[in-house]
Amino acid sequence: MADCNQTLRELEPYLDGELSAEAQEHINGHLDGCVDCQQAYEFHHEFKLAVRRKAANDEIPDDLIQRLEFCLREDIDGDGTVAGEPPR
Amino acid sequence: MADRSDFAAQAMQHAPQLYSAALRMTRNRSDAEDLVQETMLRAYRSFGTFTEGTNLRAWLFRILTNAYINRYRAKQRRPDETDLAEIEDLYLYRRVGSLETAAASLSAEDQFMDLFTDDEVKAALENLPDNFRLPVILADVEGFAYKEIAEMLDIPVGTVMSRLHRGRKAMQRELYDFALERGLVDAPT
Repeated sequence: MADCNQTLRELEPYLDGELSAEAQEHINGHLDGCVDCQQAYEFHHEFKLAVRRKAANDEIPDDLIQRLEFCLREDIDGDGTVAGEPPR
Repeated sequence: MADRSDFAAQAMQHAPQLYSAALRMTRNRSDAEDLVQETMLRAYRSFGTFTEGTNLRAWLFRILTNAYINRYRAKQRRPDETDLAEIEDLYLYRRVGSLETAAASLSAEDQFMDLFTDDEVKAALENLPDNFRLPVILADVEGFAYKEIAEMLDIPVGTVMSRLHRGRKAMQRELYDFALERGLVDAPT
């Protein structure tokens, strides 16, 4: 089983799903019995979820969708260049 | 080899997420729109090199990230890594309170992030220097794995991990400052 130091050190990769199954089990085992580390876990977990919830909710503008669809449709000859766009 | 005629149908599904990430990268709507358009066109042109059956979303984000770095990074005057390190030292020295300790003292601890408006969270993210902002966008906003982020940014996995850690910490400090300013938490005594 992991101790507090190891748990706190590996908390972020643990939350990111980046630990091996074995390492993850060690952390699980420690979290079950340690209130302090559980609290740290809750904090980082809520933070990570909130970043996603609050920083990824922008509506894509309709005119951008139309612009993209137009660009991709206008490449009639399939050479990768689009009318009105200088070739790169 | 992937067929170009399939491109629009497949790629357009990812446009909303590309736009959201582009906004956090460029910090303004008009640059974000240009960046997404450039990404789609580049992707379309090189769709032939995309291996079908592999992760199209990761491939598109790799193109987005590279387009952003090439186009916008050079002209930016943002604090770099050294500046962030100095800020970290300052905080360590001042021994100020942290978001984590403040969160622990709140009754609804598990929802403490709801204290913050979406704009505050976006600002905390957008204020990070590029080196830290890109890994946080790719990991926390877009949910990519360390290995995928390492490939997109062309840095080792260990560097992804440490930049994520420092980027998140810096965001938490900024949010803590917002909370203090708004009187949401008590200043440490």
